[in-house]
Amino acid sequence: MKRAMRGNVQTRLRTELISQLVRKDLKVKYQGSSLGFIWSLANPIILLAVYSFVFAFVFPNSMPQFGLFLMSGVLIWNFFTMAVSGAAGSILGNAGLVKKVPFPHSALPLASVGFAGVQVALQYLVLIAAFFVFRMPPFRPHLLLLIPALVVALTLTIGLGFFTAASTVQLRDTQHILEVVLFAWFWLTPIIYSASMVNKQIAKAGFTFPGHGLLSWAYYLNPMAGVVVAFQRALYGVVFYPGTHDLLLPSDSVFFYVKALGIGFVVALFVLVLGVRKFRRLSADFAQDL
Amino acid sequence: MSENTGEVVGENVSENLGEVLIDAHGVSKKFASYHRRATSLKERLVRQEQTESDVFWALKGVDLQVHRGETVGLIGPNGSGKSTLLKVLSGILRPNDGQVKVTGRVSSLLELGAGFDGELTGRENIYLNAALLGVPRSVTDGLFDEIVEFSELGEFIEFPVKHYSSGMYVRLGFSVAVHIDPDILIIDEVLAVGDAAFQKKCLDRIADFQKRGKAILFVSHSAGLIEQLCNRAVLLSHGQVIFDGRPGEAVAQLNHVLGVDRVESEKGEIATVTEMNILDPVSGEAIDEFQCGASVVVQGVIDWNEPLPAGAKLSLHLTSPADKDPVIEIEPLWHFVPAGEISPGQSQFEWVIDALPDMPGDFTLNLGVYTQEILIAHGRIGGVRLQGATRRTIGGALTLEHPQTTLKRA
Repeated sequence: MKRAMRGNVQTRLRTELISQLVRKDLKVKYQGSSLGFIWSLANPIILLAVYSFVFAFVFPNSMPQFGLFLMSGVLIWNFFTMAVSGAAGSILGNAGLVKKVPFPHSALPLASVGFAGVQVALQYLVLIAAFFVFRMPPFRPHLLLLIPALVVALTLTIGLGFFTAASTVQLRDTQHILEVVLFAWFWLTPIIYSASMVNKQIAKAGFTFPGHGLLSWAYYLNPMAGVVVAFQRALYGVVFYPGTHDLLLPSDSVFFYVKALGIGFVVALFVLVLGVRKFRRLSADFAQDL
Repeated sequence: MSENTGEVVGENVSENLGEVLIDAHGVSKKFASYHRRATSLKERLVRQEQTESDVFWALKGVDLQVHRGETVGLIGPNGSGKSTLLKVLSGILRPNDGQVKVTGRVSSLLELGAGFDGELTGRENIYLNAALLGVPRSVTDGLFDEIVEFSELGEFIEFPVKHYSSGMYVRLGFSVAVHIDPDILIIDEVLAVGDAAFQKKCLDRIADFQKRGKAILFVSHSAGLIEQLCNRAVLLSHGQVIFDGRPGEAVAQLNHVLGVDRVESEKGEIATVTEMNILDPVSGEAIDEFQCGASVVVQGVIDWNEPLPAGAKLSLHLTSPADKDPVIEIEPLWHFVPAGEISPGQSQFEWVIDALPDMPGDFTLNLGVYTQEILIAHGRIGGVRLQGATRRTIGGALTLEHPQTTLKRA
């Protein structure tokens, strides 16, 4: 009982520390820029304008409002990469603090996740406004998919954040390796293409080997794949190419998305456990290794 | 190198000891020292590390107990492990061996501006710092005005701390550290920075802490402060506690340690300062007490492992333990080594210092060998305690002899 109470106090203190660190990062980021955090909001608007123009006129595409499809998935991906890259450098970047002040180190990668979270949440607000402008308001029961999708995304992000934060202290190359991995990972995730295209390719190949159904599910071992398709289903919501029964999104059934997220969650949880364990093991020596 | 036996001498002074707040048993801490290129030697001089093997033990089996109500001073030569011990006790470093048990909240001030972010204002930094030390925001709200008042920062509290002077940094840091009501206060030599008035205020606050039964552990190079403030002092040398007892005795022991164990040098690739002594110019004997204004001779041996590089030069200066930059430069600052006249092997140098400066205090005498502004070798004599009664430069003359005829290579 007493222990549980102490645990509670600890958690509250930790949360306060993280929020202080996030505030600090936000403040430092926008210091001296007169438009301040409006830049964070301008970013998705400009992206949306460019994507819409390019995919309407330069590479015409049969997906309606391709820009909105792209933004639905790309923003959560941005959160993931921004948070993980930030976390990877969080211990190294705060070496002065880690070496001179005793405090719970886990607050640093978590603050990076919070920092990315605040910015991307604002960007999603802009995106939702854009859905209204394009007369595609995303209010449908499928919005509830965002909850498990966020859980999976956060689990993976925090797990990988802890892992890379600790690895970077050991091996500085981690940040460069991470950059390459994230680049490849981006293209493995159905962000600028639809997962339905992947299914079609697998189905085509499936004539030549058995068990292709399993392979379709194996695609969702990448937790971000499930997260992104869930975001696309919830926000973009155009399941079929207009006027056809041809799937644009990977499935019409909600259970498909839940299952994809479920597979992703198992993997993400594994990453989280691995990351937390590695971080715990190394964190006592951070001050020395930096 | 060290003549101490590792045995703890002296007796425990405090009577009516309170609850043990810091309990360290057999604490050892090692660092891996990487062999780096010559360019990083400069860095090493600054950091004052030793490289005798791949592993350097900064602390070797340290036992230390600090009770409630005690003020313990930690003294010792540079590199004796004081800061490492403070870091281990505050929980920043994990000991490789031994146990540390700390009861109660620790507030540590290990470096100027530690835990501050330059971009944030003083106000924001107070909240950040308090959060780092584990103080809830609601509590900080209540302490805020008091912290600002104590720091005497006034309106500057709304300015980014990157514009603060070092004195302002200390005032803010100390103010936060003492107001969050710690059970244990750990201070590493930062107080020396503040002005006299603020130092007095800090000392009053420390006295108040003592009355309220807090434990205080602090490092200082000021013998006066140690004797005035502490009821116990612990002397560290080469990572071991060699004395634990009355402050006055500890300071006397420190002077002894500084006198007998002071020469340090590092093996460089191109050159090594193998020997360094401070001699009396009249008798030619090594001395360990230095009077301001006295003339001394710095004498030693440099081993040139490789043919002498072009543009090699020597420089001699005094640094103070609190300041890594030279405090006193001995003119002429640079002495060019005549490359044509010296070949690989040993050369002796003798540098006559006309008069030690009128600056009483503890210094380290550094000899640097440079080629093209890069430090390739250095020698250091620590614990030069100048006594007596402000000149910043003093005259000197160097003669460098190289016995060509007796050139012997090992």
